[in-house]
Amino acid sequence: MIQLVELSVNGERHDLAIEPRRTLVDVLRHDLRLTGTHVGCEHGICGACTVLVDGQPARACLLFAAQVEGADIRTVESLSEGGALNDLQQCFSEHHGLQCGFCTPGMLMLAEGYLADEPDATKEEIREVVASNLCRCTGYQTIVEAIDDCASRRRAALQDRLDRSAS
Amino acid sequence: MKPAAFEYHRARTPAGAVGLLTELGDDAKIIAGGQSLVAMMNFRLARPEHLVDITHVDSLRGIAVSEGEIRIGALTTHREVEKAGLGVLSAAMRWVGHLPIRTRGTVGGSIAHADATAEWCLLAVLFDARIVVEGPSGVREIRASEFFLGPFTTALGPDELITALVFPSPPPRAALTEYADRRGDFALVAAAVDLDADRVVLGGVGAVPTLVSGKWCSGTTYRARAAAAAGSLELRDEPGISAHYRRGLVRTLVERAYEEAANG
Repeated sequence: MIQLVELSVNGERHDLAIEPRRTLVDVLRHDLRLTGTHVGCEHGICGACTVLVDGQPARACLLFAAQVEGADIRTVESLSEGGALNDLQQCFSEHHGLQCGFCTPGMLMLAEGYLADEPDATKEEIREVVASNLCRCTGYQTIVEAIDDCASRRRAALQDRLDRSAS
Repeated sequence: MKPAAFEYHRARTPAGAVGLLTELGDDAKIIAGGQSLVAMMNFRLARPEHLVDITHVDSLRGIAVSEGEIRIGALTTHREVEKAGLGVLSAAMRWVGHLPIRTRGTVGGSIAHADATAEWCLLAVLFDARIVVEGPSGVREIRASEFFLGPFTTALGPDELITALVFPSPPPRAALTEYADRRGDFALVAAAVDLDADRVVLGGVGAVPTLVSGKWCSGTTYRARAAAAAGSLELRDEPGISAHYRRGLVRTLVERAYEEAANG
């Protein structure tokens, strides 16, 4: 059986004819060739496949693509702006928040979704959230620092804008 | 691994989902958030012939608070409850998996799956929530105390769909806590306490969430109540976890839940 599914990924519309058992991560990687999203355990433990569904971090291996028809899906490919790293990616680079890089796309999308929802997150809350994704290289310390730094920079930038509009 | 092939059906209304279940028979399964089901299908522990997707049934979403009760639509996610300011119900959500699980996993799905350590199953039994289900002959309500029959086994009929959970307004003095070796894993033991009703519900000590009434030792300290609760259980040594260790966890967690309930 083939199912017709219309997906919106990184702002682009895609019409797909797929088997219903096709998970979102397989559609992203195999049908759309967006291989930035990694696939690890395929049962919701490792978090390598984390993407944003309507702004919220979700495991792409635990969703059938047909279920997210109509949703706004964002992958790691959407982060960079004109080929340059975005602020979150820049922080990961500066803090050495990656070594082998396998978990990085999932970590980035997890952090992107979480910070959009909780811009005032504390370092301890960030530590709790990244526990959802497995990293076997860094020991997490540098990942937490990268996300925390990005959060403070975004808060400072917002404060700066508010101050300027007030003066 | 990849899941086995299945046929996909999308329901638009609760009645439509029930109609599909009736028509397709025993090999059909409802999929909501899929956070347990898809993992089981990827492992091929579950191989349903038909999936009835209720993700797009919008009438099953949302929380309605009215006098004395909280009605939570079956498709409401754990994350939505976490952010809704519903006292112990919201506070308990931090124990449900991890953030990316809570953004997709649903209240109704958790109850239907009926893992004996699942937070929603404990909360439902603690407050004897009403589980609203729709079937071919209409809507009925099942008390949580009569809903969980055994491991992953409930009073839900094969052609019935959970549409909502109705909780009494939870008292401020209640708490849920649990322990797992790693954060986000299934709890080895979970404990929920309603201080005002003096009810304790435990997960991880039997096939279903286990209610232990506080009556046995009212008037004594939380520590003594926790010890009595732990002492009342029949536990067996299991691979990787002895009865002694599990009993110790029960004692610690019940006391901790009592203290959290008392301190808000």
